[in-house]
Formats: sequence, structure tokens, C-alpha cells
Amino acid sequence: MLYIKCPYCGLRAQKEFSYGGDATVKRPNINEEVSREDWDNFVYMRKSPRGKHIELWQHIAGCRQWIKVQRDTATHEIFQTAKVTEEIR
Amino acid sequence: MSQPFRLNKEGLINRNKKISFTFNGKKLFGYEGDTIASALIANGIHLVGRSFKYHRPRGFFGAGVEEPNAKFQVEFNGHSEPNVNATEMELVEGLSATSQNCWPSVNFDVGAINNFLKMFFPAGFYYKTFMWPKSFWYKIYEPFIRKAAGLGVASIEKDKERYEHKFEYCDLLVTGSGPSGLASAYAAAKNGAKVILAEDKPRFGGTLLTDDVSIDNLSGKDWAEKIITELKSMPNVTVKNRSQVFGYYDHNMLVMFERVSDHLEKKSKFTPRQRLWYIRAKETILSTGSIERPIVFGNNDTPGIFLSAAAKEYMKVYGVLVGKKPLIFTNNDSAYETALEFKKNNVEPIILDTREEHSSELVDEAKSKGIDIRFSHGVIVANGYKKVKSAKIGKLNKDKNSFEKIETIDCDCICVSGFWTPSVHLASQSGNKLKYEEKIDAFIPDKKKQHETSVGAANGSFTLEESLKHGFENGSNLSAKITETKTEISIPNVNEKKYGAHDKFWCMPLPKNENPKRFVDFQNDVSVSDIEIALREGYRSIEHVKRYTTLGMATDQGRTSNLNGLQLVSNIENKIVPEVGHTTFRPPFTPITIGTIVGREVGMEYMPTRKTPMHEWHEKNNAVFVDAGAWKRPRYYKQGSENLFEASKREAKNVRENVGICDVTTLGKIDIKGPDAAEFLNRVYTNAWMKLPVGKARYGLMLREDGIVMDDGTTTRISENHYHMTTTTAQAANVLSHLEYYLQIVWPELNVNVVSTTEQWAGAAIAGPKSRDMLSKLYPDLDVSNDALPFMGYKEAEFFGVPSRIFRISFSGELAYEINVKSDHGMFMWEKMMEVGKEFGNQPYGTEALSTLRIEMGHVAGPELDGRTIPSDVSLNGLVSKKKDFIGKNSLGREAFNVESRQKIVGLIPIDRKSSIPEGSHIVQDQNAKLPNPKLGHVSSSCWSVENNNPFSLAIMKDGKNMIGKKFFAVSPLKNKSIEVEVISSHYVDPEGKRVRS
Repeated sequence: MLYIKCPYCGLRAQKEFSYGGDATVKRPNINEEVSREDWDNFVYMRKSPRGKHIELWQHIAGCRQWIKVQRDTATHEIFQTAKVTEEIR
Repeated sequence: MSQPFRLNKEGLINRNKKISFTFNGKKLFGYEGDTIASALIANGIHLVGRSFKYHRPRGFFGAGVEEPNAKFQVEFNGHSEPNVNATEMELVEGLSATSQNCWPSVNFDVGAINNFLKMFFPAGFYYKTFMWPKSFWYKIYEPFIRKAAGLGVASIEKDKERYEHKFEYCDLLVTGSGPSGLASAYAAAKNGAKVILAEDKPRFGGTLLTDDVSIDNLSGKDWAEKIITELKSMPNVTVKNRSQVFGYYDHNMLVMFERVSDHLEKKSKFTPRQRLWYIRAKETILSTGSIERPIVFGNNDTPGIFLSAAAKEYMKVYGVLVGKKPLIFTNNDSAYETALEFKKNNVEPIILDTREEHSSELVDEAKSKGIDIRFSHGVIVANGYKKVKSAKIGKLNKDKNSFEKIETIDCDCICVSGFWTPSVHLASQSGNKLKYEEKIDAFIPDKKKQHETSVGAANGSFTLEESLKHGFENGSNLSAKITETKTEISIPNVNEKKYGAHDKFWCMPLPKNENPKRFVDFQNDVSVSDIEIALREGYRSIEHVKRYTTLGMATDQGRTSNLNGLQLVSNIENKIVPEVGHTTFRPPFTPITIGTIVGREVGMEYMPTRKTPMHEWHEKNNAVFVDAGAWKRPRYYKQGSENLFEASKREAKNVRENVGICDVTTLGKIDIKGPDAAEFLNRVYTNAWMKLPVGKARYGLMLREDGIVMDDGTTTRISENHYHMTTTTAQAANVLSHLEYYLQIVWPELNVNVVSTTEQWAGAAIAGPKSRDMLSKLYPDLDVSNDALPFMGYKEAEFFGVPSRIFRISFSGELAYEINVKSDHGMFMWEKMMEVGKEFGNQPYGTEALSTLRIEMGHVAGPELDGRTIPSDVSLNGLVSKKKDFIGKNSLGREAFNVESRQKIVGLIPIDRKSSIPEGSHIVQDQNAKLPNPKLGHVSSSCWSVENNNPFSLAIMKDGKNMIGKKFFAVSPLKNKSIEVEVISSHYVDPEGKRVRS
């Protein structure tokens, strides 16, 4: 079971969180024209990298905040966690 | 009642307490501190089971977790448990053990004929033998194999025992209390670290209990006792025996299985039987020791053949002799300790050593004691069927591939030692890639992957001095990093015997024209010839050889067989072992009970139960409940001998004719506040929200970004910047997360807060033509006329003195209201409604009637909003704004969503007006068409229309609207039904929606 550091609550067990997908995907702005291709890429196309990946998790059984987690998808090593408003490099 | 193989003095058992038990019906006794195995051996019983494939007689082989043979069905404390390891299970009064995998008895086993048919049971025999004819598999082969291969029998009784889970955190977890484990725990404890020391066996000390060593002038056993006593007195240390750390998971999470009370005759009411510990450790010391491996020889599975360390443990811990005419067969010095122990107990052993004449401290001691040692010798084949009677032994030539001399000598047991294999299971589970250590012919941990450090024998150090030194150093250094305290500890003086080098010899050759079975894996009956066959048939990868032969795949995980199997493969393939590689180690290290995994999460505690504030009233009034997620909802209220169909029909009819009330507390409720709330709703819902006035509700539709309908519900504007959103019961949690996602990540600039208020409000719907009359009685001071409180209107008023919210919304399609009061007042509200409603013929209605009402009105719900439908599929395109952007809007333009013939919602009625259409039925043109019969759609919801008194269904059907008036078949192969149906509008009752506005 992963041990995830919520930037608001500290280290918590994985079962308090739910996974939310790739954190690097950016939704096209509301009320702005978007090409069919860009939209479809946003909705459907995801990378599935082996290795470092920045993903979203929500601390559903805690503070309910969505957070960013940089994790190795092969080893589960977590390098860094951050608030969604913060950058992970 | 004498025990012929019990020594008079030796051992750590309590001879003052006799314990009686039965084995295969025979009454026997042992002492407190015995295992089932030690008690049986004391009684001279060795034949304890039959082997898996050939049903060969089998006896004890080990003295702990390494035991491959002695798995019993054990009954104790009122329950029956299969596959219990007899070498681990402690004796308790009244315990009853029986052999498994034999019929009718272990002495006379019909299945033993397999032993004479062994040419039919080679490697991969499942794949070969039972392939033909195909039709035989289910009816003949599979049941036969299951019966023949059967291990124990699981009880079908409810397990009355209590099991617990525990979560623990520590600085250092030490797995194993042998010398290196004790030293590590002690050093870390002295540095002030929070330490957990786990020992699998009942007694602490590991090999210190059986080895002839001294530490600081104390015997190994006394030193272990001293350290344990001191550790137990320290507040920062938890010391646990009977506790097996069996799994190493991500981020240094280890799981431990504690046998809390299996060894107790009596226990207090709430003492659990077993406990599962989830331990998050900052650092882990793996001091799991090593397991002796056998040398492979002919008929090496005959009862009476033991690992030599096990024989020593039986003498030193249990005061039991495994035989009185022992033959010691070894390639190293450690078995000499066993020989010396026999000698000490006045039993004359003969040592067969595969090494050429040599000398070391232990060998010289054996020589000086006059023990018969034969160098360059080994056991070729054991004689005896149910017990070893003699052994054919041979003098090996220089190359050790043939014999210079062969003779037969009498013996009643053979103690075999082929050197030691470090227990690297936990290290491997942690992700550590192991490396092959030539010096000990075994794998040891390589570079760390997590925070694990292997010490002592588990790391390939087989001397006490080295183990202690590593233990103290690592325990001290690892803990000092955490506690930032370092207490100097002097490493104690050690007195131990020096071992000579072992012989890299692990399998006896066979003389010409002799072909006895030589077993590598006892538990799964895998012999040398099986592995040879697998290789001959082209299996190369060790993982494939393992699966084809089942080598190492039994519950003992190949503890005594893996390395010998690897050696065999590497010999035949002319490779070295590290090139062959090893198979994967997986948790659990030893089998654990299902009860422990489940813990307290059984029955009512399986998941939380959510009850509405009116639950007790429903219970008292014969409600039959249905699960809606974790909620319990009344499905119908049973009157007299009514069934579901009759009751729901009555309830629904009463709503259409009079008035009914329904508990709608379970609907998701989300409070939305903030200056940008209207803008947010406008983006979340497909329809327009900017102009909704205060005091009005609106029906809204929510999409996912891919355009699929996510949820629907009404949202009411309570005040300027305050909204009350409702969701379906099922989607409540998802919708909240969805809203939070957009507010926190996508549009953080919107000043809006959302919070779930589902549990804060109790809700009741009042529906039916007489609902306004009833409402006016509930609120005598309030104007509830159609003008004052129109459809989609909202008011706040006191309900007999308690604050309440009144929404004029309808799910049933009738004139209806929904009243919310604070949860604490829910029961008060409900009872008041029942009281006031009497004169209007009010009756409570459950979810079944609720469904009937919404289906015949053509209102969509979960079965239609099934994650595959877009708004136009379910006739909700009127709610999709063309003027503004919203979540999912861009996807609605996708080509496939706009195909003319796309699926649409329709209504179905059976031609005979009688046959109910099963939900999930497929709609087809021709019920007799050849398969695959083209599917035109499916039936999503079905009811008995109370308005028209015949069945009615909703269906999602290709080109649906153009099919109205046509006839098809609704077929349900599951229910074996085919019903001719006519397609009609999905709005079967009140298509203009007059009633809700009346």
C-alpha cells in the first residue's frame, strides 16, 4: 500500500486517496473555440509512461483536496507531492 | 502411556502438563510446548500423510515452516481447519488431527496405485493425459483430479472466531529473533528507536536454542532469554512471538500474521484468534535466518527421513528422538552437531560425509567421541515403504558420479544436510534483485530497493560472531539515523565451533539399472526425472520449468526444493545457477487463514450501513429493504401476505389515485455557495442557469467531458449566492468529486464552495393528486396554491415548529412536493405526515413503486443513464443549450453521436398486454433467426403500469423514434423468454406533463 504525503495533511495511507489520472492534461478553456482534434486529444489521448509520471489524486477520506503526485509507475516510488496550484518539475 | 521416543530430560517443554489429543482417531498425549509433530514423533508415529500425486507414504521432514509433508486437517476449539502445518501448530487439549489426501486411511490408501502407474504421471501430466476426449474434462477428469489432489477440506460452517486487524508504525521492524535479530533489536532499542521484534515461533532465540554456543559465558538460550527480558521491559519495544511477517509491500509496508490464541485452552470473550498487523516501518531488519536444504537421493521421501537440523531441534527443544539408529548424510559440518547431540543422548549415529577425509573442529570432535564417520559416502536409496528400515549406501569415486563400493546398512532414520539456503523471501518481495553467492551455493539479497537490510544467515553469514556483529552494527546505525542518538554497545564475546568448507554436492547418482524416485519437491511430488523430462521437451526458462513440473509451487513455496531444482536445471543445461535465475517469491511466506485477511469486516461490519432518520419507522411497518450503495431503502411495505409485485402495485396505484409519501433522504445533496455559483452551475449543467431566480428550482443535466450523461437532478436557488443541488443516490459521491475537480483544478478562479449535505437533511416526497390538500394541512398558515407555490417553486416554512424546506418537484410525474427538515427532525416529520395524511388515503411507498411511477411516465434514471447515452438518446436534448459552453459540450458534435439511426429511448408494450418483459432483454426482428441474431436494442427498465394495468418497459433502441408502431421480439435467453412487443412512445402516461403543473 502506497504512503502518500498530502501537502495539507501529511503522510497518509493510500486507502484514503482516490486516483485521478494524468495531472499534466490541460482542459481547453471554456467558451473558447477548440478544434475537433485538440478536443479529442484532451478527452481520449493519454500517455502511459513507464517511470516518472505526474498524476492527480484526491484525498477523499481526508481533506478532499486534489493533489499532484509524482510517482514512478514501475516501482511506485513517490518523488514529490504538491498542491494542484504548485508546479512539479 | 510411555512415549518411546521421548528423552528423559532434554527439551524446553513443560513436562508437568500433559496434553491429550487424537491423531487419526487414536488417543495420544504430549506435553505443553509440543507441536503436533513433536508429540507424534515422541509417540513413534512417522507415517502421517500421502503424497500429492503418487500417494506415497510420507512422514515429517522438518521442524518448522519448511515442512512439506505433514499438513493436517485439525479440529480444535470447535472448528475445523485444513492444511495445518503439524510442525508449527502447538498442541492444545482436545485437539484432533487427521491426515489428508488419503482414502480410506493413511495406512491403506487406494490412491497409492498411482505410485505403480507413475509412468502415467510424468511432468505436465495434466496437460497431456487429460486432453482427450475434450468432453471428458468437466464430467470425468476434473472431478477426479480434484478429489485425488484434494488437500484439506474447508469448513462450510460460519467461522465463530474473532479476527482483528491492527495498524502500527515503527522506526525499526525486526523479522526474526535469532542472534542477528536480537542484536539488531537490542542496539536499536538502546538508541531509543521504536522497535517491533517479530518471531514466528513460540520461543524466541532462533538457532540460539539449538546451537552449542556461548555468548558472554552464557549459553545461547540463556543469552537470548536475557536480551528478550530486557527488550520486553523497554517501553519503546514491542516483542511478539507466534508472529510471522509474511509480506513486504510498497513503501515499507509489511504485513504480519499473529497467532494470538490458537495455543490457549481458554481465552476471554473478546480475545481474537488471529491478528493481521499492517506495519509501516521506517527501516526493516530482515533476520529471517536460513533453511537447511536436503541432498537428493533415491526414495528420499520415505518416512523417517529428516533434515538434520530438524532432528537436532526435536532433541534440543522437544526432547524427542526422531530415531534410535540414525544415519547422518551430509556434505557439510553442521550435521555433525546433530550427530554429537545423538551421541550425547546415548544414541550411536553413523555419519556419511560426501567430502573426502578431512578435519575441522566439529569433525575432530566427532572423531574423538568415537562416532563412525564414513567419508566419500552417501545414501543411494532408502529402503522401507512406510518407514525407513535400511539404506543402500555407496562409496563415491573421485568424480562423485559412480560408486566404488555399495552396501546396505540398517537404520531407522536418515538425517540429511545439503547446506543452508538463506530465507530471502521478504528481501525479494521488497523488490531486491537477489545475487548468487558462489561461496554458499545460494542467493542472497543484492542492492536495497526499499529500506530493508538483511543480516545474519538471511544475508549468507553463517557464523554466530559475524551475525551478532552485523546485527548490532546495523541495528545501531539504522536507528541512530532516525533517533539521532547513539549508545555505544560492546559486542559480546562469542564461543562457537568453526565449520569447515562444505561440499558442492547435492544429488546422489544412481547405480546402473536402478531407478528409484528421487524427489526434489516433496509437497508437489516433483522428482529429478520430471525436471529432466521438462528440459527434454524444450522448457528452458526456470519459470516455465516451474509451471510445467509444478516445482516449488506448493504451499511450502519450495523452501527445501528450489535451489536443488535450480542446480539440476543448471547441470543438465550446462549453465551456472545465476544464469538459470530464480523464480519469483510472493507473499504470503506461509499460508495464512482467510479469516485473518477478512478481519472484522464480516456480516454487518462488511461495509458501513447508511440508514435514514426514518429507518426505524420503516422497520416497524414491515418495510422490505433494498441496498442502494451503502443505504438501506424501503423497497415496499408489506401488508398481510402481499408479495413484491402486489405491494408495489398497490403503493403506486395509491399515489396515482390519492397520495403517498416516500423517504428520499438518500438522494445526494450538495450545498453550493459563492458569488460565482451561478456561473459554475452554468458550466456544469447542459442547460442555462444564469437567470434562475431566487426561490426557484430547475432540473439539470450533467455530462462527462466525453458527452455521456453523468447525472441528473434538481438544483434550487436558496438565496442570491446559495444553491442546493440534488444528485441521484448512486452518483452522489462521484458528483461531489467531479465538482471539486473543476473548482480546484480547472477553474480555481471561480469563487465557489461545495460541501455534501446529504446526511444533514431528511427528505420526504409527497406525491399524488391529493398532495396539495395534504400539504395545506401540514402547513396551515402557508399559501400552497398553484399560484403561490407553482411547479419548480421553493419555500421555507415551519413544519409544526421545526424549520423546513418545501420544493415543488416531482419524480413520479404526479403533483408532488419534497419536504426537507434537519435529520434530527426526520422521524418527527414522517410520523406527522402519516398522521395528517390519513384522511387523504396517504400510504408510504417504496423504491419499487417509485420506479413504476417514473417508468410509466418515461422519466429516465440509472438504467437509461448507463454511461453509454448522450442527452438526445434519452430525449433530453431540450435541456442542451446551444448558446453557452459547458462540460462535455464539444464532444456532442462527434460524428457517431449525430448519426440519424442512433439509439433512442422508446416505450414497449407486450402484444398480449400480459407478459412482463424482463429487464436486459434484447430486441430482435426475428426471434428464430440464426445466431448471432442482430440486436436492435435492449430493455432498460420494466414495470407493471398501474395507470393502464398492463406491462410497460423502456428500451434503448436503434433508430428508436422511427420504430414507433412496429412490432419486434424482446428475447431473454437467461429467463428463457421471448415476448412479442410493440414500440410506442416512452411517455406512456400524461405525455404533456399536465399533472406536475396542476
